[in-house]
Amino acid sequence: MASTQVNPTRMELTRQKNKLKTAVKGHKLLKDKRDELMRQFLDLVRENMALRLKVEAGIKSSNINFVIAKAGMSEQILNAALMAPKQEVYLETGKRNVMSVDVPVFEYKTRTADANDIYSYGFAFTSSDLDGAVKSLANILPDMLKLAEIEKACQLMSAEIEKTRRRVNALEHVIIPEAQANIKYITMKLDENERSTQIRLIKVKDMILEDAHQFKDKAKEKALAKAEQ
Amino acid sequence: MYKIAVIGDYDSIYGFAALGLDTFPVVDTDLEGAKKKLAQLAGGEYAVIYITENLANLLKNEVEKYREELMPAIIQIPGVFGNTGAGVEGVKKSVEQAVGSDILFSNN
Repeated sequence: MASTQVNPTRMELTRQKNKLKTAVKGHKLLKDKRDELMRQFLDLVRENMALRLKVEAGIKSSNINFVIAKAGMSEQILNAALMAPKQEVYLETGKRNVMSVDVPVFEYKTRTADANDIYSYGFAFTSSDLDGAVKSLANILPDMLKLAEIEKACQLMSAEIEKTRRRVNALEHVIIPEAQANIKYITMKLDENERSTQIRLIKVKDMILEDAHQFKDKAKEKALAKAEQ
Repeated sequence: MYKIAVIGDYDSIYGFAALGLDTFPVVDTDLEGAKKKLAQLAGGEYAVIYITENLANLLKNEVEKYREELMPAIIQIPGVFGNTGAGVEGVKKSVEQAVGSDILFSNN
C-alpha cells in the first residue's frame, strides 16, 4: 500500500505511469550492469587471490633471505650497501573503464635501462646472500605491481557492485511496487468518481423528467380512476 | 609520473630500497607519525603504497579511507614477523562486500 498520499487526478496518474516506466527500464539496466560487473569481478578476484598468495609466499622467502644476509654481515655495512639505491621505479598510470567503474592501470618503468641493475653496492664487503635476497625481491616486483593493480580494481568494483545492488533492490522492492500501488489507487478512485457522477446524472435526469411530466401524479390519478370504476 | 612507496617497520622493508622503491620506515610506537606519513604519501606522488600488515592493522581507519579511491592503491604485504593473513582477509572482504557473503574462498 502506498505510504504517501497521492492526489487522485489524471495528471498524477500520468506522472506515476511515467515513473513506473522509467523505474522498470532503470531496474532492467541496473540489473544487467550488476550481473556483468559481478561476472568480471569474480574472475578478477580469483586472479587477485592467486596473485596475493604468490606474492606473499615470495615476500616470505625473500624476507628469509634478507634475514640470512643480515646475519652474515654487520649492520653498518648492510645499511651503507642499501643507502643509495641505483635503481628507481616509476609508474605510468592510466585508467580503464569497466562498466562505468574507473580502475587504474599501472605500467612501470625503471630509471636505468636494465631492470636488473639492482645491486647498489660493490660486492667486496657484502655477503653473497644479500645479492640473492635482493634478486629474489626483484623477481616478485612485477607480480607485486600486478597485485596492486588488480587488488585496487577489486576494491573499487566491489564498492560499485554494492551500490548497484542496493539500487536494484530499492527499485525492485520499493519504487516499483509503490508506483504500481499508486496507479492502482488512482485508477480505482477515478473509476469510483466516474460511477458516482453517472449515478448522480441518472438521478438528476429522473428528477427533471419527473418535474416535466409529473409521472407520479398521473399514475396516482390512473389508480384512482381504476378504483372508481 | 608516479612513484611507489613502501611503509612499515625497517626490518620488513629495507630490501625494497634496492629495487628503487621509496621506503619509509616507521616505528610502531609512533602512531601519530605513521598516520601523518601515510597521509602525506597518499596525497602526493605515490600511486601505490605497500604497507606491512602490522602497520595496516594499527592504521585501519586511514587505510580504509583510501579503499574506494582510485589513487593511491594501498596494498598490504606481510612483514618480516610473519604473515598475519590480513591481506587475504582484505580480498575476502571485497568478495563479501560485492556478493553479500564469501562464496569463493570460505572453504580454505
